[in-house]
Amino acid sequence: MKVLVALSGGVDSSVAAAELLRDGHEVVGITMRLWGGESDTGCCSIADVDDARRVAQQLDIDHLVFNFTDDFNTHVVDPYVQAHQDGLTPNPCIECNRHLKFDRLSERADLLGFDAVATGHHAQVVQRNGAWFVARGEDPAKDQSYVVHMLPQRELARTIFPIGHMTKAQVREKATALGLRTAAKPDSQDVCFITDGGGRVAFLGSRIPFRRAQVIDAVDGTELGEVDSLEMVTHGQRRGIGLVGGGPKRYVVDIDHDTATVKVGDETMLQRESLAVRNVVWAHEPVSGQVAVQCSAHGVAVQGSLTHNANEASITWNSPQRRVAPGQSVVFYDVSNTYVLGGGIAV
Amino acid sequence: MASPAAYTYLDHAATTPMRPQAVAAMLPFLSERFANPSGSHRFAREARRAIDEARDVVAGIIGCRPGEVVFTGSGTEADNTAVLGSVARRGGVAVCSATEHHAVLECVHQLGGHVVATTSTGAVDLDALAATLDMLSDVTVVSVMAVNNEVGTINDLAAVRAVVRRHAPKALLHTDAVQAACWLDLRSITPHVDFLSLSAHKFGGPKGVGLLVARDGAKFAPTLIGGGQEGERRSGTHNVGGIVAMVEALRLTDENRESDVARIGPLRDRFIDGLVASLPGVHETVARDRKVAGSAHVCIEGIENEALLFMLDEACVCASAAAACAAGAMEPSHVLAAMGVPREVALGAVRFSLGITTTQADVDRGVEVVAQAVQRLRRVKVTS
Repeated sequence: MKVLVALSGGVDSSVAAAELLRDGHEVVGITMRLWGGESDTGCCSIADVDDARRVAQQLDIDHLVFNFTDDFNTHVVDPYVQAHQDGLTPNPCIECNRHLKFDRLSERADLLGFDAVATGHHAQVVQRNGAWFVARGEDPAKDQSYVVHMLPQRELARTIFPIGHMTKAQVREKATALGLRTAAKPDSQDVCFITDGGGRVAFLGSRIPFRRAQVIDAVDGTELGEVDSLEMVTHGQRRGIGLVGGGPKRYVVDIDHDTATVKVGDETMLQRESLAVRNVVWAHEPVSGQVAVQCSAHGVAVQGSLTHNANEASITWNSPQRRVAPGQSVVFYDVSNTYVLGGGIAV
Repeated sequence: MASPAAYTYLDHAATTPMRPQAVAAMLPFLSERFANPSGSHRFAREARRAIDEARDVVAGIIGCRPGEVVFTGSGTEADNTAVLGSVARRGGVAVCSATEHHAVLECVHQLGGHVVATTSTGAVDLDALAATLDMLSDVTVVSVMAVNNEVGTINDLAAVRAVVRRHAPKALLHTDAVQAACWLDLRSITPHVDFLSLSAHKFGGPKGVGLLVARDGAKFAPTLIGGGQEGERRSGTHNVGGIVAMVEALRLTDENRESDVARIGPLRDRFIDGLVASLPGVHETVARDRKVAGSAHVCIEGIENEALLFMLDEACVCASAAAACAAGAMEPSHVLAAMGVPREVALGAVRFSLGITTTQADVDRGVEVVAQAVQRLRRVKVTS
């Protein structure tokens, strides 16, 4: 097959390209230029593009850079900023996968006559009863099925995750054995358009006005203090909300954006019996009943019962769970917690 | 490695193959004639003589005095030296047109200077230039390129000179003539300007060498200081082989320019006419009488240039779009933006450029491959 592999300049996609070659595919490497602004390292810094190009040279495959900065701003950065303004806690990497890697890039791949698109995600594509599903990667500590959960059938049918069956240690061993310059490169951690120096505060602060907010006791309404920026506060947050130390642990249990009020309380107040989910997309067909549910990139899946109506869904937890911050992605796995059934956004 | 013989090379504005005579002229200085021309022994003097003779030849071609030629490491260095060096020496403000090469534009931005609008052809708007110069009292240097590197538009430097003389009499006029050397007699440009930049690899010389003409009275602070080479205007050991090869390439370019233009212009016309005849929605960006003979910039509806260039590359046809960023991605063209070309049209912009090695077979194959690729891209886009 003729396969387009997205090369980020990291070790996973480097080995993914090598695996594709070993399997006899015709491989072209593409690095997407996504973020045009300031960056530490991220997906699109020059040093990473250099690494991607050098790996392609080592593997003797063609390498090109596609400029998708406009789409990245439209589909990832602007919604990320808007979500914070709306009091949500977004997953920009998921939106990037949804709109850039598996929409813009695969559309381009189609246009250019490629049969498949590959990435270095730690996830697998499996077939069950004639339908395609994203399954968890072999390495539980590195599994990225959560961030690629939104792939529909037409994308799954032409997506390859060449390292999904490997552990991270095996990926690094392979890279070392091949002498790839990215073999020992550290994993990228953070949102690529947020710099270490300025962080989210500097990024958002230059784009939206921060509102001061009152911090009150969720039970009796006592005023406890103030925070400078309501938009930076997340449900379940414990630090940085202007509370003096000592005493029982207190968490953000509710945020009222209309009145700019942050309510704090003890951990029990974060517990919920159920979770509402919007913008649900299904891998194949809508599913109901017992499922495993994961609510953050590195979270542990917990069991619940799923019902749905149109593109909305509701989870009733088998036992109460901590509140999920609105805006987070919620991913449904089969009850054995191995493959993705669908997912959406926490209300 | 890709074999050049199998390629249809239509990217001469990016770089053009070295002339064999220039390669031959260069080689002795990479082997037996290796001496440092700043030394005092006979071998050094011999290398120095090669540079002096090259300077005489190049001055004759450009239409200036030998002492007005400063050899540099690139066209960018020459541009930087003219703009930054003028302001460093005399203070004041730098002004340039909006379609300048980044080597000029970034200098003007860094200096907090003024950028002047262009017309829809990409030539500097003379009224806007006059208004800008009237608005500013202390303009030191005005930079207007002789030929645009993307779309090939020729600026009327005699007219620019007249505006500068009237509206900012103390300002120096610089022209980036990097894209002009193959197509225009430099002797017709030099009398109008104080500074002129050239880059060897655009006319059959090697990469990594260029020159700045600084006419008498056009004083500037050097960009590189140190050993005081080039009359203390550009320090750094001379690239002897590069300079000799550049001048040999320019000599041949000048000698053959008239016949080359007479041959390549019709080939360019055949190429664009062929594209227009075989594809709907192909627009020649600049009219032929406003641009140089090798330039074939087009905007093609319904495609993205990144995708087209990929397909052309697969079919061994070399072309380009706008400048690439440091990461190698295509940047939206500031030239087309300045010309008022809508962004959705600019997405389909492709710069084809012809040179002295271009043949009719290249042009015909180029038309065929481009037409097939565009048809495929449009077809896939419609069906998906």
